[in-house]
Amino acid sequence: MSYLEVVDVYWLYFLLGRYPEGPLGGLALTLVLATLGLLLALPLGLLLGLGRISPWRCVRLPVTTLVFVVRGTPLLMVVFWAYFFLPSITGVRTDQFATMLIALVVFDAAYLAEIVRAGIQGLPKGQIEAARSLGLSYFGAMRLVVLPQALRHMLPSLVNQFVSTIKETSLGYIIGLAEVSFIATQINTLVFTLPTQIYLTLGLTYFALCFGLSRLAYGLERRLSQREQAQPAARVPA
Amino acid sequence: MIKFENVNKWFGPYQALVDLSESVNKGEVVVVCGPSGSGKSTLIRTLNRLEPIHSGCIAVDGQDIHAHGLDVNAFRSRIGFVFQQFNLFPHLTALENCTLAPIHLRGLTKPQAREQALALLDRVGLAHKANAYATELSGGQQQRVAIARALAMEPPLMLFDEPTSALDPEMVGEVLSVMKGLTRDGMTMVVVTHEMGFARDVADRVLFMDAGQVLERAKPQEFFNTPQHPRAQQFLSDIRSPFATACL
Repeated sequence: MSYLEVVDVYWLYFLLGRYPEGPLGGLALTLVLATLGLLLALPLGLLLGLGRISPWRCVRLPVTTLVFVVRGTPLLMVVFWAYFFLPSITGVRTDQFATMLIALVVFDAAYLAEIVRAGIQGLPKGQIEAARSLGLSYFGAMRLVVLPQALRHMLPSLVNQFVSTIKETSLGYIIGLAEVSFIATQINTLVFTLPTQIYLTLGLTYFALCFGLSRLAYGLERRLSQREQAQPAARVPA
Repeated sequence: MIKFENVNKWFGPYQALVDLSESVNKGEVVVVCGPSGSGKSTLIRTLNRLEPIHSGCIAVDGQDIHAHGLDVNAFRSRIGFVFQQFNLFPHLTALENCTLAPIHLRGLTKPQAREQALALLDRVGLAHKANAYATELSGGQQQRVAIARALAMEPPLMLFDEPTSALDPEMVGEVLSVMKGLTRDGMTMVVVTHEMGFARDVADRVLFMDAGQVLERAKPQEFFNTPQHPRAQQFLSDIRSPFATACL
């Protein structure tokens, strides 16, 4: 079987898995997983990041602990926890997709939290003082003054994390989730003679996704920086 | 209007305010001066709770401002604060800097807030810069927008923490003249500044601070002509060195 024949026979399987006869899989599942992962991890990461710098100890300590524990653990371990441990405490057997999604969201949110924290703490202290002295509440100042600036500064790091998320979906393979790496392995098993070409195709697919996202973000970044930037760090007060 | 009673504040082992008692009447313009590290900025920052105090009482309009249960946001919205470093919000235009708080705190509609902000920017001479961002403005212009932003909450009291110290010399005048305009409108003001000319022209009273205490309180004429306390005499002769006289 030549490479072109493999493409001809398996392209739909690569893109959609066993869909529409069976559940959705392949590249489509990878994209759905990555997109949902990003969409859910961002707000959670934002909350955790705010929790990390919260003026209230009862919020800051547990959030900091969670962030450090998750960041000190390989994603594979988090996936195993979600797969074996979570059902044993909730009593509900989550399917592979939900398991992988939960693991991804928790893992990425912990990393995003640190990006958010750094972004907020990187702003001059005078910004929040100015906002508070106008009478804005802590959360009002965060929402209207701090976060709009901090998110702009964070953009490169955020995109970096998002690119990681796309690649991390491939770990779904380990719990038998039919995402694109799993499907590629299946195809390789069926074809047997063309592992180099098949895995090269898989690699190029990931590359195209991640590179596309990076370029998109780069363009966005350039457009934003053409506008204003925060004042340089405050001069030494007299 | 403002009353300090036996206020003490420490930064670690360092005592920044020492048993300080002072009062400011409504409509009064008080200039606070003194050497670096004397507690002037700390004093003014405790007035809107940017800094906590450790003992004593600060009351504004009879309200203990460090009391538990005080709505600190509502309280702060009635005190305008102008910073040394301007602290304009760089992601917003000059106009948006001035409409942000009125829209979210005073419940103004966008057109109302816009109209008010334009009037204020006009008052500080910057109506034509309404759509400029902070990076497109000079230091003096940024500080004038910052004053307009504080005025947008219509506070009865304005605090200035060395408003001209971060400015290039040629921009000091434009900011001071905006502040002088405010004193003519009867605004109560507490101004920490090294601008002795400003103190002489518009202050009702000058407070001289050193080591966390008010060492001298006097009318500007008396303070500049016949300072009583040795530290005040020393301070005045220092700032009147041959290099400084030209500015006075």
